[in-house]
Amino acid sequence: MKSLLSLKKYFARHKRKLLWGIVFILLSNITQVYVPIFLKDGIDGLQSNISHSEILYYALLIVGAALLSGFFRFLIRQTIIVVSREIEYDLRQDFWSHLQNLSLRYYQNTSTGDLMAHATNDISAVRMFVGPAVMYSIDTSTKMIMIIAIITTFDWQLTIAALLPLPFLSYMVYKLSKKIHIKFEKIQEKFSELTTKAQESFSGIRVIKSYLREESEIKLFEKLSEDYLDKTMDKVKVQAWFAPLLFMITGLSIIIAIWFGGMKVIEQSLTLGELSAFIVYLGLLIWPVIAFGWVLNIIQQSSASMKRLNVIMSVKKEISDSEETDYFVKEIKGTVEFKNVSFRYGKNLPVVLDKINIKIDQGDTVAFIGKTGVGKTTLLNLIPRLYDVTEGEVLIDGKNVKTIPVDVIRSSVGLVPQETFLFSDTLENNILYGVKEKDESILERVADISEIKKDVDDFPKKYQTILGERGLTLSGGQKQRTCLARALAVNPKILILDDSFSAVDTHTEEEILRKLKNFMENRTSIIVSHRISTVKDSDKIFVIDNGKIAEEGTHEELIELNGIYADIHQRQLLEEELKQI
Amino acid sequence: MRKSIGAKPGDDEVLGKAYDSKLMKRLLTYVRPYKGYVILGILLNTLVAGLGPLRPYLTKVAIDDYIALKDYDGLLVVVALLMGSLIFQAIVQYFLMYYTQLMGQKIIFDLRMQIFKHVQKLALRYFDKTPIGRIVTRNTNDVEALNELFSSGIVMVFSDIFTIIWIFIFMFSMSWELSLVTLSVLPVLMYATFLFRKKVRDAYRRVRYHLARLNSYMQEHITGMTIVQIFSNEKREIKNFSDINEDHKKANIDSIFYYAVFYPVVEILSSIAIGLIIWYGGGNVIQGTLTIGVLFAFIQYTEMFFRPIRDLSEKYNVMQTAMASSERIFKLLDNNTIITNPENPKPLKDSKGEIEFKNVWFAYNEDEFVLRDVSFKIKPGETVAIVGATGAGKTSIINILNRFYDIQKGSITIDRIDIRDLKIEDLRKQISIVLQDVVLFSGTIKSNINLHNNEITDEMVRKAAETVGAHNFIEKLPKGYDEEVKEKGATLSVGQKQLISFSRALAYDPQILILDEATSSVDTETEMLIQQATEKLLVGRTSIVIAHRLSTIQNADKILVMHKGQLREMGTHHELLANKGIYYKLYQLQYKDQEIKAS
Repeated sequence: MKSLLSLKKYFARHKRKLLWGIVFILLSNITQVYVPIFLKDGIDGLQSNISHSEILYYALLIVGAALLSGFFRFLIRQTIIVVSREIEYDLRQDFWSHLQNLSLRYYQNTSTGDLMAHATNDISAVRMFVGPAVMYSIDTSTKMIMIIAIITTFDWQLTIAALLPLPFLSYMVYKLSKKIHIKFEKIQEKFSELTTKAQESFSGIRVIKSYLREESEIKLFEKLSEDYLDKTMDKVKVQAWFAPLLFMITGLSIIIAIWFGGMKVIEQSLTLGELSAFIVYLGLLIWPVIAFGWVLNIIQQSSASMKRLNVIMSVKKEISDSEETDYFVKEIKGTVEFKNVSFRYGKNLPVVLDKINIKIDQGDTVAFIGKTGVGKTTLLNLIPRLYDVTEGEVLIDGKNVKTIPVDVIRSSVGLVPQETFLFSDTLENNILYGVKEKDESILERVADISEIKKDVDDFPKKYQTILGERGLTLSGGQKQRTCLARALAVNPKILILDDSFSAVDTHTEEEILRKLKNFMENRTSIIVSHRISTVKDSDKIFVIDNGKIAEEGTHEELIELNGIYADIHQRQLLEEELKQI
Repeated sequence: MRKSIGAKPGDDEVLGKAYDSKLMKRLLTYVRPYKGYVILGILLNTLVAGLGPLRPYLTKVAIDDYIALKDYDGLLVVVALLMGSLIFQAIVQYFLMYYTQLMGQKIIFDLRMQIFKHVQKLALRYFDKTPIGRIVTRNTNDVEALNELFSSGIVMVFSDIFTIIWIFIFMFSMSWELSLVTLSVLPVLMYATFLFRKKVRDAYRRVRYHLARLNSYMQEHITGMTIVQIFSNEKREIKNFSDINEDHKKANIDSIFYYAVFYPVVEILSSIAIGLIIWYGGGNVIQGTLTIGVLFAFIQYTEMFFRPIRDLSEKYNVMQTAMASSERIFKLLDNNTIITNPENPKPLKDSKGEIEFKNVWFAYNEDEFVLRDVSFKIKPGETVAIVGATGAGKTSIINILNRFYDIQKGSITIDRIDIRDLKIEDLRKQISIVLQDVVLFSGTIKSNINLHNNEITDEMVRKAAETVGAHNFIEKLPKGYDEEVKEKGATLSVGQKQLISFSRALAYDPQILILDEATSSVDTETEMLIQQATEKLLVGRTSIVIAHRLSTIQNADKILVMHKGQLREMGTHHELLANKGIYYKLYQLQYKDQEIKAS
């Protein structure tokens, strides 16, 4: 319950609309409770020589009251429920803004599916509280008070007798819907087991077929399907009571009214008109009473959801500007230095980088080479502060990166990550992703350098081609070249290529490197690759092994050294030879 | 302004027509086994549908015949009748609900099993072309979408219609004139309801569309958050998101409007009906042609129309979803990519394990041959290693040996019988395959070794594990062989998973073993364990190994060198090295540094 208090500021933002909503609820209820009163007057009139015109008058009053009440009811939904959507919007927007600030580390430890579930299910659960729960609880309580006040004036004994079953109805709705909710979650569990089994069984089809296990897979699946059926029927057993019990209890109320009220009419202590109005009022009361039990459940569920959301919202930013930040730094030149840098991903996790010392001058091209998993990518990620060092410091232009505004660093660094991630958007928007102001000339230029231009010219929609599942699927090489274009488009002072040509053929690669040389004059390039051809012309090459620098020097020097680098070189020559056969 | 495009809702959401007689006919075949349920359901419905409408009539009787005449006992009788009908209706309704749901669940159970069984039969070609996720959806969500049609759809339509009929019967029997006057609001109510349904359906489609956009946008940008942050685009993404979020909000607010109009309209219509009853019926009462009890009953009937009409209008959606899902399901069931058994299979029991490839040509896709004219012979008990660069055709050789795929030209024989003349079961029983990527199923360690085959005893499981050296670590697990294997074996190391899949192959004790050695690097200790296990695995049976280990090629009786789909060299390790051909280069590239490590 406490967790819902964090909604206060959202309610405050829409105070006016909410207050109007409450006013409309009151107005609608006041007019609505008049309908049975006119009905009563009409029926009582019929027993005492009423004229045709008088009866028409009552009929018109009934319709008039209903019209007014209906109009206010329309306004209730247009205020309170609309506010709930507004608040849902605000909440989701805040949630999303918060996610933007969370570090790479957070995303590596949290599954996308989980975050998505919070963003959709939990936020809609909270909305149910903000909208329907608030609306019905105010509506219900005011309507109940008014109706009970009116029917008590008819006959207080009859009121007590007829209303007696109604608390049970509230209780029943509360209990049953809670039970159904629990059973429903069990069904969901079984359903996901069933899905997992199907998934597993279809993706392991080779093993199943080669060991002839089709029959036993079918049996296992059948068992799960049966469980699922049983769990569903468990829910049905409870749920099937819902409607009949509802009928029973509300019917009981009306029967009591007819019986008890009927006797009072015979005794002439109650008029027939009052009895009819009484029964109509009972009809009006039923929904509020049901809503009461239902609202209790919503409140419970939404407060649990709000709690989960609050946990995420309170995760602190890990990498951001701090007191140390020197906002006078507006741009960087491109000298990069690693001083005694060590890194590990977590306290109890192994050391990935071990006391690295490197200095890269502005305008230089340096390359890193080594086996997978030796820490090359980690090293690169430290430069634009995707992670912060565990020990030592990373310096740009001689200043610790922690003192430079994050925005300044990131907008001067063009990083082409190993995993080619592109958005399902147009090619143009992807390439100009980091550019603040769209510019055709940049687009043409970077597309040319990264050798994607020729491919684009073949696409019917050119740069407006939409990528991804619903559009065009690029080949691995095309994706890598697009990512390169995207990094070049930001006019970077430091370009970082993390194994960015692995799917590009050697001929195209040579062409790209040639064009890059020109572009990269006075800019710093840092390249990671598995290919000798990519790194051989660098000013300096570092061979990383086990988180340390194992060898360093130019291509010629390293070949001379006859170590790891020379070995890699040897292999690639062999591979080339094999391809030629 | 740059506007990001969220993915559009998938094909799976496209809805077509609400009724297709061919599909419906086929769907009804699934109901046939449960005819009894349907008949019982309809019978109970006819019975119970009249009980609700009976009560206002009884109220009328109470007022006119007993209250007016001050007959306390008569009133009591009516009250007892009302009570009885209420209880009876509640009970019947409970069972009706229960049994219709049970029927629906049973039908979709049958359908689900049919799909699953069918998929198990499909050939690998099908799996190559179809994303696993889609097959899973057919088997789960699509089947689920039919639930409502089968459980509430069929039977409840009758219930709604009968209820309306009964209401009419009672009303007309009391006063046909007043009935007509009261029912004059009905066309408006029906029109309003169907219009509302249609509007809400369209509005919801828009909400769903925007929700899908919202979700796919979030999904995509959470996955690509690194890119967002590297290019310091957070602010712009927040703006882009607010556009999509706004669209979603607007779509929702539009749908609120329809509700905001519809519910009051229903209330107003029922009040208009009450007004009409009071005005017209009241006039009749004044003239003495109608009793007050009738007025009373009619007022109650005005509230009874609405539910069945609303329910009926909802059936349209149910039908539409069901049609779309069943179409997709039937398409899968009609797919016949199946490798079939020969009509007169030749018997093969306890084969010797002699294998021969004769001029084999094979392509996954037409004319793109990945194996060209491959011929070789393997003697019983021999170990043959296949080596080659990626894409040389090594995996294809093992894929066609147990008929995962059929070849286009040439022949493959086991014990001189063409494998296409054998029953697939007989063929596969002879061969165990150890794949490069270990497949583990959720279940226990034991069930992952015996794959739920009861013929493989616990003793055999244990012995197999002991032989390959897996027993030691399995025993150390808290529950030993009964330890649960979590999601894809997350708790086990790479080496341990491999040893489990070795144990699996060994427990099945095949005549022919196919091993695709894993390339993933493991620590030296595990490497030793796997090497020893591999040796144990290959002893005493015909083995084909896609070799990545130096020790394996050194120990092989024969090495096949594949290159670009062709068998280019064949011989022992030393012969081939002396040859200084492709193998020599491959050796230096792939295996030589293992030599350095080993020494």
